[in-house]
Amino acid sequence: MGMPMPLIDVPTAASRTPAPDAAPRSVIPKIAIRNLDFFYGGFQALSHVDLDVAAREVTAFIGPSGCGKSTLLRALNRMYSLYPGQRAAGEIRFNGMNILDPSIDLNLLRAKVGMVFQKPTPFPMSIYENIAFGVRLYERLSARAMDERVEWALTKAAMWNEVKDKLQQSGMALSGGQQQRLCIARAVAVRPEVLLLDEPTSALDPISTARIEELISELKAEYTIAIVTHNMQQAARVSDRTAYMYLGELIEFGDTDRIFLKPARKETEDYITGRFG
Amino acid sequence: MTTDAAPSNALRRRYRRRLFVSRFNLLMALCTMALGMLLLCWILATLFMHGVAALSPALFTQMTPPPGSAGGLRNAIVGSVLIVATATLVSTPIGVLAGVYLAEYGRNGWLAETTRFVNDMLLSAPSIILGLFVYTVYVLHAGHFSGWAGAMALALIAIPVVVRTTENTLRLVPGNLREAAVALGAPMWKVIVKVTLRAARGGVVTGVLLAVARVSGETAPLLFTALNNQFWSTDMNAPIANLPVVIFQFAMSPFEDWRTLAWAGALLITVAVLALNILARTVFRAVPLR
Repeated sequence: MGMPMPLIDVPTAASRTPAPDAAPRSVIPKIAIRNLDFFYGGFQALSHVDLDVAAREVTAFIGPSGCGKSTLLRALNRMYSLYPGQRAAGEIRFNGMNILDPSIDLNLLRAKVGMVFQKPTPFPMSIYENIAFGVRLYERLSARAMDERVEWALTKAAMWNEVKDKLQQSGMALSGGQQQRLCIARAVAVRPEVLLLDEPTSALDPISTARIEELISELKAEYTIAIVTHNMQQAARVSDRTAYMYLGELIEFGDTDRIFLKPARKETEDYITGRFG
Repeated sequence: MTTDAAPSNALRRRYRRRLFVSRFNLLMALCTMALGMLLLCWILATLFMHGVAALSPALFTQMTPPPGSAGGLRNAIVGSVLIVATATLVSTPIGVLAGVYLAEYGRNGWLAETTRFVNDMLLSAPSIILGLFVYTVYVLHAGHFSGWAGAMALALIAIPVVVRTTENTLRLVPGNLREAAVALGAPMWKVIVKVTLRAARGGVVTGVLLAVARVSGETAPLLFTALNNQFWSTDMNAPIANLPVVIFQFAMSPFEDWRTLAWAGALLITVAVLALNILARTVFRAVPLR
């Protein structure tokens, strides 16, 4: 896609984490966020966020509503650029390139950094076309290769067996959980490097949620995943690293186990134990 | 505790009053509804009584006659179809593209706000003014009435309807859907063509059909533009017969056979518009977005 290979010229996560990490892991940051400020018009929603999203790990953003976790996620694929009045300052390095640079090609960036939303968003077309839509944007595949890609993506999303006989049916006729897995398949089909999941299970029932969580654990072998969640058990279950945010600031960031078992900051502990938030 | 179980008298009285007010309002609403329906049915009944009696195969095979001789409406029917079809072909792309601009690109910019304002004015402008406008800028310069001028006037009436419905239906498409397509790396135009317009296509088609229904009965703008033609002509560059103007002329005439033809023409237009409306509401009903 014409993007340079990682040029890591920034400190690793461990050296920047606000709290001392018991056993710093050496990580390769896929995305390095430095001194990020974010504004909705005059309102500052993020201030001075420094964070590394490590390659092939799941990074969870938790915190009370309005803390800026979704804002942070939506900065990582520049989704906010759709809306005039929203802007970010600072630096977000993806494979070493600053994606906040105005000259960056947003469509290419988004093809590399996929996103799945809170509400399932199947396109008004068949299941097959839902998957093929994104693939056709950047690849010219033969009919056979496209069939294979669709099968591959649906298999990745653990739903091939459920839908293989009804690929021509509308994606909107699926159940909510299936729709959400279809959206994950669609995001995976374009072979991004990063998957951003914005509360992907908050509209789903417990069984669908469990399936998607399993899926996340499988996908991290190949993808870098950042997930926003309101559900702390979910963060604890699926993520390797957790960032606790409050009022637009990153309060604490570190290994999920440590954040949940031995948080360094009082605020984090209060939130995690449910005394606050 | 027993006082709690049985509602007090005051409470019961209040409940009765509410019930009365509710029933009274419901009755009033039903009355006004009945009045509206009555008038509509009256109009339709009169139209059908006179119109059905005037229906004959000759309507579709013979030209508008001179007074006192037999004839039909063939030239007017064909002329109307030509004018309305041309107006639709012109207004649909302009209207849909403008609606897409307003809903997807302009949003709340000054250009979009201005366009929306002007479009609303155009939407409520009396059609006779649009006819006069085309008369001034086109007919006067061309030196003659013509089918093209009629189609232009009707297109001017149809465009704001299409713009409005297109914008409104596109705005109903959830922002999530747009973001989801953008998140795959799709350029804006592809998001619009493949996803949002597709999700809104039922509403857009309905808007176009409603615009067709709206313009096919317009008379005033055609008086200044297409005028009329007693003879068979499909030349859009010359005055051309059309149903509304023929109805207008024939209905005002003292000749019984002309007035009968006017009833038949009115029935034809009404049935066509009714059919379009039903088509718009059933076949192309907006697919539920979620």
